[in-house]
This record gives sequence, C-alpha cells and structure tokens, in this order.
Amino acid sequence: MTDVLVVADHRRGDLRDVSLELLSAGGDLADAAGGDLHAAVISGNVESFAEDLDREGVDQIHTVAYGEEFNHDVYVQALTALAADLAPEFIVVPNSVNGLDYAPAVATRLDRPYVSDAVDLDYSEGTLEVTREMYGSKVETTVDVAEGPFAVSIRGGEWPPAEGIGDAEVSEFDVDVDEDAVRSNVKGFEEVGGGDVDISDAEFLVSIGRGIEEEENLELVEKLADVTGATLSSSRPIVDNGWLAKNRQVGQSGKQVTPDVYLAIGISGAVQHVAGMKASETIIAVNTDPNAPIFDIADYGVVGDLFDVVPALIEEFGGEPPSV
Amino acid sequence: MKVLVTVKEVATVEDDFEISGTEIEETYLDYDLNEWDDYAVEEAVQLAEAGDDVEVVAVTIGPERSEETIRMALAKGADRAVRVWDDAIADVELLDVETKARLLGAVVEAENPDLVFSGVQANDDSFGATGVALAETVGFEWAAVVNALDTEKVVDESVASVRRELEGGIEELTDVELPAVLAIQTGINEPRYASLRGIRQAQSKPLDVQSLADLGVGAEDVASSLDVTAMYEPETESEAQYLDGDASEQAGKLADVLREKGVVGE
Ligand SMILES: Cc1cc2nc3c(=O)[nH]c(=O)nc-3n(C[C@H](O)[C@H](O)[C@H](O)COP(=O)(O)OP(=O)(O)OC[C@H]3O[C@@H](n4cnc5c(N)ncnc54)[C@H](O)[C@@H]3O)c2cc1C
Repeated sequence: MTDVLVVADHRRGDLRDVSLELLSAGGDLADAAGGDLHAAVISGNVESFAEDLDREGVDQIHTVAYGEEFNHDVYVQALTALAADLAPEFIVVPNSVNGLDYAPAVATRLDRPYVSDAVDLDYSEGTLEVTREMYGSKVETTVDVAEGPFAVSIRGGEWPPAEGIGDAEVSEFDVDVDEDAVRSNVKGFEEVGGGDVDISDAEFLVSIGRGIEEEENLELVEKLADVTGATLSSSRPIVDNGWLAKNRQVGQSGKQVTPDVYLAIGISGAVQHVAGMKASETIIAVNTDPNAPIFDIADYGVVGDLFDVVPALIEEFGGEPPSV
Repeated sequence: MKVLVTVKEVATVEDDFEISGTEIEETYLDYDLNEWDDYAVEEAVQLAEAGDDVEVVAVTIGPERSEETIRMALAKGADRAVRVWDDAIADVELLDVETKARLLGAVVEAENPDLVFSGVQANDDSFGATGVALAETVGFEWAAVVNALDTEKVVDESVASVRRELEGGIEELTDVELPAVLAIQTGINEPRYASLRGIRQAQSKPLDVQSLADLGVGAEDVASSLDVTAMYEPETESEAQYLDGDASEQAGKLADVLREKGVVGE
C-alpha cells in the first residue's frame, strides 16, 4: 500500500480551490511513498469536476455520480467503498467545513488514525510527520503517526494549486448507496449577511477584535472610523456577541476583503480570520501581544494597548476621543 | 428527552511563554471552559427550558482540576456531570480523536441520550473532530458546524432541523434524524453567565467520576497512535515595520502611514 487518495471539495457547482491544493499535497506524498495519486470526486457534476482535476501527476480519478450536493452519509459510504477497493495508504481531505463533517467519520469507520489541519506533511520510512498549529497559531507542533494507513486533512492555502494538464484515467466508481443509512437531508442553502454596508467595497477598513473587551468600548473604534472616513469591520467574536451585524464580519465564514488599508485592532490573526483579509494591500496591526500571529502578515505593527493608541490616533485626525 | 454535552477544559497561553520539550511550561497556562463548548452548554440548557422533562448531562475527559470547568456547566443549568479520568489517560500526552471518541462513546452508551452537543473545535489543539468521530463510534447521525437549531422541532418532532455554517456567508439547511451529535459553532446563541445562585446549586449537583474500568474500556484502548515530537514557536515570516515609541508617538507614525497610503486626508 503506497497509493494516495485525495477527496475533492466542491459546492453548488464549483470546485473549491483547496481541491487543487490537495492534489499537490497528495502528489508529494505519492512521490515520497512511491505510489500513485488518485482523486475522488463525489456528487454534483462529476465529469466536469474530473476534467478540472486532471492535472500533472494525477494517475486516476474516480467519479461517484450520486446526488447534487454534499451529504456526509453519502461521502462516508463512497469513501469506505473506495478505500476497500484501492487500499490507499493515505487518504487526504480538506479541513473545510464539509471536511469537518465527514473526515472524522471516515477515519473512524476505516479505523485509521486521523490528524486534522496539517500545514505541512512529510513521509519517510513508514512514518507520517504532520506539522500543525496549536493554541491559536502561537506554537507549531510536529505530530508523528508511526503506522499507516493514514487519514489527514490539510489547511487551505498552504500548498500551491496543482498545475499542468494530466492524462489521468477517469473512471466511474459505482457505489451502492444504502439510503436507509442516509439519515440527514439537505433541504437548501441560504446566503446571509446582506444589509446596509458592503465591507468588501471599502478602501479603508478599521477592524476590531476581542481586544475591545466590552460592547460600550466600541464607541472608540466607531469614532476612529468616523474621523478617518473608514468603514468598520470586525473579527468573529464581535459578531457572535451581537455587538455588530453579521455583514461586518471578516473571515472564512464572513466576507473576503481586499481594501487598500486593513487596520486590525485587538485581533489575534486566527487562520479563519486571516483567510478573509490577507489579500489586503496594506495590513496594519495594533496588538498588546508582540507574538500575535497577525504580525506575521502585517506590513506595519504597533505593539501597544488599543486603549492608549486609538484615542491618540483619533486626536491625530482632530477628533475628540470618547471616554470609555 | 436526554441531552449530553461534551465539555473540555482548555489551556490558554499567556502572551509571553516558554516551551520545554514538547509542552508549554505550566506556569504560562491558564485553564478555561472551551469557547465552543460554552455555546454547546447554552444550547442544551435552552432546549431543556423549551421542553418538559429534558435532562442535561455534561461530560468531560479531564483531571481533577477540570471539575472547576465542569461545575461551570452545572452552574449554567446542566443537571449533572460525568468526569472520565484514569491514570492510564494521564500517561498519554496527546489523546487522539479515536480515544476521545471511544471514551465519550462509552458514556453515551451508558446514558443513552437523544442528542449530544459538542463544540466544533477546542481552542487549544483545534482538532475539530471529536463530535463527528463520536457520532460514528456510537452509530448516531450528526451535523458539524451548526449555527442554528430549531429547538421546538426537536422537542415536538424528534428531528434536528439545523443550519450548517459553510464558508463565505452560506448556510446549509439540513434535517438530521435523532439520535444525533451536533457540533456547535460559536454565535448560535448568547451563552449566559452563571448566576450566584447557579454557582451555589452546582456544588450540590451530582458529579460522577468514571474510570476506564467503570466504562468497560481497556487500558490498551487509550494508547495514542499520535506522538508529539516537537513544539516550537513558528519562525516569524513577519516583514512588518514596527512603529515604536509611546502611544502618542506610535499614533503619530500610524497617522503618517495612513496619510501616505492616501486613505485619510490631511
Ligand atoms: C469553522 C470556523 C469558522 C470561523 N470563521 C471565522 C471568521 O469568519 N472570522 C473570524 O474572525 N473568525 C472566525 N473563526 C474564529 C477564529 O478561530 C478566532 O476564534 C477568532 O478570529 C478570534 O477573534 P479575535 O482575534 O478577535 O480574538 P482573540 O483571538 O481572542 O484575539 C484578541 C487579540 O486582542 C489582543 N488584545 C487584547 N487586549 C488588547 C488591548 N487592550 N490592546 C490591543 N490588543 C489587545 C490580544 O493580544 C489578542 O491577540 C472561525 C472559527 C471556526 C472554527
């Protein structure tokens, strides 16, 4: 057993970016183990997805034409059957929201050790070495899994997308889906977070995180946005707390923004936040913690207390800081 | 109806810390209820308030210290608690998902709940896998990253009508048959603070400690297949230019940058 099986991610007719990144991660493992690279694509328009997945280095693509959208019960059944047929040493899946919904179940059913959210993978002499972060990206760890077969999920944006045109063999894989075991039913989708402002249009975002501590203190950054003509956005906890509307949230489950300047105040820079703002032209971070991961992607850093820096900044632009 | 909530006491790291070996030194760690589990507890308590005769049981895997955390769940309204611990568990550095699912699975099988709420992930190791692995272990249905649940429908029709929060502001509407595990996302509700009365009552609520033997799990079943071989501070890729000085000097420099970038006028 030396082969690699990667599982493509798609939603509402589109292949998601991480699918091509999975091919790169899987390709490296296949090279290290001396095996073949297989890709599986389950549900939806599998033929057109298979065409997109046919990149350099891919040996075989298995399509499972069953249903339109993701259903974890179907995925678990299909992947169990595929694993029985192909006996891959590695199953590599995305750490996407849908990945979170099927990967642990697949690993459990196949009795494979599971490591999630890899940012790097290395395989030698039968041991899989997984690099992953802990404590909100403050530390990195190396986790060894001594014995395969393995199951691992990868973080999006860490591997380059696979390129080139491949000559993979595309074959339909028949799964006899046991419908009685499909016990959840996807009824539809809804887009959320419309409303009065579109933060993805803004040139200048003043973005606030949990460092603000209390709802009353928001006045401070509202004033800053006011005197600088910026639009106010935030990290997730501010929206979870109900202090700002959902349409202000930047990140994986919020909006993707690319302003000229993104001023992150009291935001640590968690991966799901960074996913939504890393493409900003200029990133400035204000944070008391010099080790906060946000500084890794910042162009300018202010190590300091927002309750001192923000009032001083308001004064710089001729405003009167509110007393909070 | 019975609802189980899995809670984890997580370590948070102070701004400045040191690593020794493959662990952060104890003095730099603080312990708290996992953020996601706080929402899971609240969801369970709200379900109990919406229905008649709903029992909420909080379950944790953790050393004695974690009783403080699980008492928080009791103070917020859980009826009783189970803490799983054993010397054999203490010996394992990083519990793998399999082991956690097996231990919690043994509790689920003993308690036989209709619903299990877990958090999407834990703040410390961010594995994001326990809830779904648990569901598969005990043969329950599941849904991960749930940010809405129709409580009335659960109580009246025994179906969990949920929203799953996907990427990019899209939500998936799904009906899940019971029994099921729901991995709860932050923001699904507003977790309450424990009242003084709640905290007092929590002291007298039952808290059972269960060993491997109590659960019928063998010591060999908790041997982790994962081995942490290194822990380090990631090399910073930072190319940030730091704006130094006291707060007003920093603000002055920051204002200059903003003017230079042309996003704020004079
Ligand atoms: C499936 C999933 C989806 C998610 N989607 C998103 C998303 O779309 N967007 C998002 O943002 N998050 C998202 N998250 C949550 C994410 O993991 C983090 O929990 C969140 O981004 C943390 O927000 P924060 O940086 O404001 O808070 P924290 O991580 O708590 O950081 C607060 C920061 O403020 C600093 N600070 C404290 N006091 C001060 C002060 N006085 N002055 C200056 N600095 C101070 C601290 O040093 C710290 O760095 C998601 C998580 C999951 C699991």
